[in-house]
Amino acid sequence: MRTPPVNATDTASPIRATGTHRLSQLDVLESEAIHIIREVVAEFERPVLLFSGGKDSVVVLHLAAKAFWPGRVPFPLLHVDTGHNFPEVIAFRDETVERLGLRLEVARVQDYIDDGRLHERADGTRNPLQTLPLLDAIAAGRHDAVFGGARRDEDKARAKERILSLRDEFGQWDPRNQRPELWNLYNGRHTVGQHVRAFPISNWTELNVWRYIEREQIALPPLYYAHDREVYRRDGMWRSVGPVSMPRATETIENRTVRYRTVGDMSCTGAVESDAASVDAVVREVALSTITERGATRADDRISEAAMEDRKKDGYF
Amino acid sequence: MTQALIDSQAPIDSRAPGSAQAALSAAETLAGGTLFRFATAGSVDDGKSTLVGRLLHDSKAVLADQLDAVTRTSTERGFGGAAGGIDFALLTDGLRAEREQGITIDVAYRYFATNRRSFILADCPGHVQYTRNMVTGATTADAVIMLIDARKGVLEQTRRHLSVVRLLRVPHIIVAVNKIDLLGYDEAAYTGIADAVRTVTGELGLGAVHVIPVSALAGDNVVDRSPRTPWYTGPSLLELLETLPVVDEVESALESFRLPVQLVLRPQGAVAVPAADAPAFRDYRAYAGQVTSGTVRVGDAVTVLPGGAGTVVTGIDFAGTELTEAFAPQSIALRLRDDLDIARGAVIGAAGTLPNPTKELTAALFWLDPRPLTPGDRVLVKFGANTVQAIVTAVTGRLNLDTLEQETATSLDINDIGHVTVRLAAALPVETFASSRRSGAFLVIHPQDGATLAAGIVTAAGIVTASGVPA
Repeated sequence: MRTPPVNATDTASPIRATGTHRLSQLDVLESEAIHIIREVVAEFERPVLLFSGGKDSVVVLHLAAKAFWPGRVPFPLLHVDTGHNFPEVIAFRDETVERLGLRLEVARVQDYIDDGRLHERADGTRNPLQTLPLLDAIAAGRHDAVFGGARRDEDKARAKERILSLRDEFGQWDPRNQRPELWNLYNGRHTVGQHVRAFPISNWTELNVWRYIEREQIALPPLYYAHDREVYRRDGMWRSVGPVSMPRATETIENRTVRYRTVGDMSCTGAVESDAASVDAVVREVALSTITERGATRADDRISEAAMEDRKKDGYF
Repeated sequence: MTQALIDSQAPIDSRAPGSAQAALSAAETLAGGTLFRFATAGSVDDGKSTLVGRLLHDSKAVLADQLDAVTRTSTERGFGGAAGGIDFALLTDGLRAEREQGITIDVAYRYFATNRRSFILADCPGHVQYTRNMVTGATTADAVIMLIDARKGVLEQTRRHLSVVRLLRVPHIIVAVNKIDLLGYDEAAYTGIADAVRTVTGELGLGAVHVIPVSALAGDNVVDRSPRTPWYTGPSLLELLETLPVVDEVESALESFRLPVQLVLRPQGAVAVPAADAPAFRDYRAYAGQVTSGTVRVGDAVTVLPGGAGTVVTGIDFAGTELTEAFAPQSIALRLRDDLDIARGAVIGAAGTLPNPTKELTAALFWLDPRPLTPGDRVLVKFGANTVQAIVTAVTGRLNLDTLEQETATSLDINDIGHVTVRLAAALPVETFASSRRSGAFLVIHPQDGATLAAGIVTAAGIVTASGVPA
């Protein structure tokens, strides 16, 4: 039973409500993100946006488009292609870039494997291999600010990362030596060789992202919605059958109705069983989910309690 | 390690995990729900982790896989002895060093929602660098929850935390008197502590605060009001968090309009609108920024600094939508009647309300860097969209956090709260923090390595005479 706080003992606050709030949480989060994006563009020479075609980077790109309307988004996009991406996501990425008239830089993990700068891991996962091509691309593009779609609700290490996160010349994150982030004043100062990762949707949750996609009618790659797919069960996840994710002899291929909650490297991203074929159905499903999106779908984050922190310290997103 | 066991016998709220119906109704109402930011602060072992764990757990913010991971780690470490239990500190202690050392190093942000509101919780560790962490958490908070151990009552540290909160003008202060179960839910004991709290907040000039008897461990008055404290007639902690007004909008209604210009939108042909519409945007020029206070309407007279020119608002754009009015904290683009020389760092304000630009100011600094501040130090300060060089001309005192009195000082060390005079390289329309939490706040930045050295709040603009009055 919940009654309103009458006679809130010592609660005669000097500040009283002046009526109903006019801004919803999505409005507040949207304005916060636009402020951050504009601040970075104003203070840095050569920003770039990490764009994979995944829902979070799609939302950041949408916010950037709103921030600079009626002008174009004033920075290029960068994708680190593991070579194991879903083809429909790559197609979506390219259509989006074309539609908005933007420039896309692609750093390919495959190139690094081909010439021996990187070696394929025993488990076949290429997620950790993205760091070197990413840092090389940042250096080659002389990018001093790198936008990303990371959110603090994704992971315990990300929960502690600043909205503007300073990286040294090796791209490393030093979680014990972060700048305090005060009011809405962002400190983007950096020295030669350093760069800053900027996370405009740090304060958004997975549900906020989906609500926003629904409200703004933002297009996404089709695999975010329920579809039939040949899958097999591994580590408690449904894995797609494909050239880089073949079932073992003991694993059986089934046809299931699934969708992806995150879109990453095919070798380590799992699908969830779902009937949510539309954005409002996905919003309902996310609201009811009892498992986090990374817990449900990312094998690489299950390696250890600190898997994300360790990758970030090495320069990962 | 903080004691943090969740009592399985405690009353479970209807929105607890597994209550799918409750969660769905929450999600359905959240589209229009507001966002409320709060920070938690307290001393070591006052049960803050347990309280945070209880709030997150009972509002379904802890999902099954997270709970599994935390339970597994708790068991591996023998937490709670043979009976087992969950160490809720593990939910927020996200860094390897934190888990290995059993301490919280840095502010952690957590997110949860009820059917009334969504919350952003800044969990500020109490023992290591508490000023730095509290300042970080409190500058963006609508409310701060200060924990007190009911067995210990008001400690010196409570006074210190409350004085930081007062200086930063955190709009709502909630004092949670925790572990009330260990006092047998005794009304007289609670009343004694609540009176002591009010004495301190009265001394500090804090006015009203919200005091609530809680047991984070047993769940009393955290989510639902407890039958074990029938003498307490106020709201539960969560009820309070769900109903306190969001401050930006309240202050927006009370303060004058301000828009620090972040950048000028002037696409000059490189437009993202359909080709047929492009000619209409050939001469488009608008000033982009986030409203820091007040409300602006189309047709309003405004003043622009630097320069002081007056003009009129002819349009308010939000990504292709024309608004008739805008208010804090909206990010907008403003079109003006006259073609003025306006660049990043300019401030647009309601006509006749902007202060005269000044190069001199006095301020309180929350010093956050291990390197001390000494008079004559050259720094950068960031006000809104302006970053300018500055010299700290004098350190005039330091707040003694035990006596809460001003003491003489010639330098400031980490975690000190000191008073200084500053000279800026360029005149800025400086406002006091007392008149606006947004316009009166600034960063102090190291000119070489870029470190954030201090949080600053303006106490007076202009040259201050011996009597303390700006000349």
